[in-house]
Amino acid sequence: MTEIRYIKAVNQALWDAMEADPSVFLIGEDIGAAGGSFKATRDLLDRFGPERVYDTPISEAAIAGMAVGAALTGMRPVAEIMFMDFTTLTMDMLVNQAAKARSMFGGQGSVPMVLRTPHGGGLNAGPQHSQCLEAWFAHVPGLKVVCPANPADAYGLLRAAIDDPDPVIVVENKALYAMKGDLPDAPEARERIEIGKGRIVRPGHDATVVAYGAAVTMAEAAAANLAGEGIDVEVIDLRSLQPWDEGLVLESLSRTHNLVVAHEAVEAFGIGAEIAARMADIGFDELDGPITRVGAPFAPSPFGKTLEDAYRPNAERIEAALRRTLA
Amino acid sequence: MKLTELADLYRRMLLIRRAEERLQKLFADGQVPGFLHLSIGQEAVPVGVSSALSDRDTVSSNHRGHGHTLAKGVDLTGFFAEILGKATGLCKGRGGSMHVADLSKGMLGANGIVGAGLPITTGSALAHKMQRQGHVAAVYFGDGALAEGVLHECLNIAKLWSLPILFVCENNGWSEFSPTDRQLATNLEKLGKAFAMKYRSVDGNVIADVAAAAGKLVGPMRRYPAPAILECRTTRVRGHYEGDRQDYRDAGEIAALEARDPIRLAAEALAEAGAAPDLIAGIAAEVDAEIEAAAEAALAAPLPKSADILADVYTPAEV
Repeated sequence: MTEIRYIKAVNQALWDAMEADPSVFLIGEDIGAAGGSFKATRDLLDRFGPERVYDTPISEAAIAGMAVGAALTGMRPVAEIMFMDFTTLTMDMLVNQAAKARSMFGGQGSVPMVLRTPHGGGLNAGPQHSQCLEAWFAHVPGLKVVCPANPADAYGLLRAAIDDPDPVIVVENKALYAMKGDLPDAPEARERIEIGKGRIVRPGHDATVVAYGAAVTMAEAAAANLAGEGIDVEVIDLRSLQPWDEGLVLESLSRTHNLVVAHEAVEAFGIGAEIAARMADIGFDELDGPITRVGAPFAPSPFGKTLEDAYRPNAERIEAALRRTLA
Repeated sequence: MKLTELADLYRRMLLIRRAEERLQKLFADGQVPGFLHLSIGQEAVPVGVSSALSDRDTVSSNHRGHGHTLAKGVDLTGFFAEILGKATGLCKGRGGSMHVADLSKGMLGANGIVGAGLPITTGSALAHKMQRQGHVAAVYFGDGALAEGVLHECLNIAKLWSLPILFVCENNGWSEFSPTDRQLATNLEKLGKAFAMKYRSVDGNVIADVAAAAGKLVGPMRRYPAPAILECRTTRVRGHYEGDRQDYRDAGEIAALEARDPIRLAAEALAEAGAAPDLIAGIAAEVDAEIEAAAEAALAAPLPKSADILADVYTPAEV
């Protein structure tokens, strides 16, 4: 085992996937000699050359659209969009084209493309470089969405996404890029993580917090705080947002009877809303209290430090939500 | 051009014309669900371009895509069935007129979004270049798409990376319901110059001219990948869609289109090349029979089952 950072796990996944399959190639802005604006693609140009690592002009729609066309022509493109905010410029290609090609062509083919992009605040990057827009993509039939919360998952979910026959949006969290974790030294020992499956990070029997991305660590901290009071909280890392592990969440709810959903994205109309709605339906008889949500307030993500700190969810807010559910 | 070649191209053009006329009638009879955008008057463009392409070459198209699709050699019955929304359609009745595709023929789909085929085809050309098999990609778009941002992104990247792609502009002068000259501050020739790209302009209603230009542009691209633009001046006879009364168009303009009818011009060229009148009549009879058989089969085909609504949204896991 070697301890590596989240961003290096992304880099290793790209490296291993490109070694394993010559049809995998990279396309994005500044991903070549510069190694990507967060260095996810460092050294890949040197190893694989300019015919596998395409440094593009600042043309996000073309990047996403070319990934669709290359995927329909036998390749496995992995596109990088520098900040999730910039995926707004790719929407036609992802929503109208990538997501629908298989269905609207009657299953003639698939679109095996991956689009990696970082979301999230904590860097004072301001309103156009911090947004968490994953719920938009999870709302579109035909797309898959994953959001790794640690280095091992960053590796395993990206490998699974590249193997997947359908378009997958891999949402990385830029505040987690420096997070450390273990990855096996032998390439064959590095595991893929099945898309659609969540993970119980911490077992508990009083309440369940379902979280993903940066909110997982926050939920663990909230659970640790409440443990001191004898409140035993189960934390689930969703890992995959579309499809999401409904069975795991329902099973947990049937043991804890209380549910909180936490994410960094704006609370209103978010992933949490879908989970709460589904559990209020299929898990209604299991509920002992209201399902509460923790997310960002309904405002653009602000720039200034005090404002951004107040804007982002944290362990205290998850703790407060747990108390409200348990009250 | 040899008589047999010209006769073959004429046959393909007539097939598109008769297919669309049949669809026009089916639409008027209420048999075609949704919208229908006909390319009557533009048949020489896809037939000429496709004469330079193989099944392994890829194309993508737009909302006015019946000609592009048929010229790529897709199954005629599957084509009719798709537009009628039948289970036996090329896309199992899920796409319809604006989304007909046949990946086995390199037809990556008609498209309901103006300009969307451009980045898809540019990506397909990138794949061809990486695969080194000498295949090329061609994208059909109208003059209205010149105002879309992705066109400029794609011309730039195709030139920067020397991608084997033919940009085929069908310039019929109309951007949906508005004359394009009131929408564009430039033109495609100037854009081609701005991107230092090989550019040719042809009378898109003269089949021999389109075929010759396409052949000249595509041939070298197979060995030395590089993009090129083929601008085809052509004529949209019908409205933006069926049911459009075209009261925004001058009656004289529409009447004058008859003289430039590509089918008529091709028939005249055939006669000039020495074709006997019964050759032309024979082609017409064959095409009519083929269309009738396909349309009848499509009409008789079953509708998709409502239970299949979730099928093909995702690729099934391998078992």
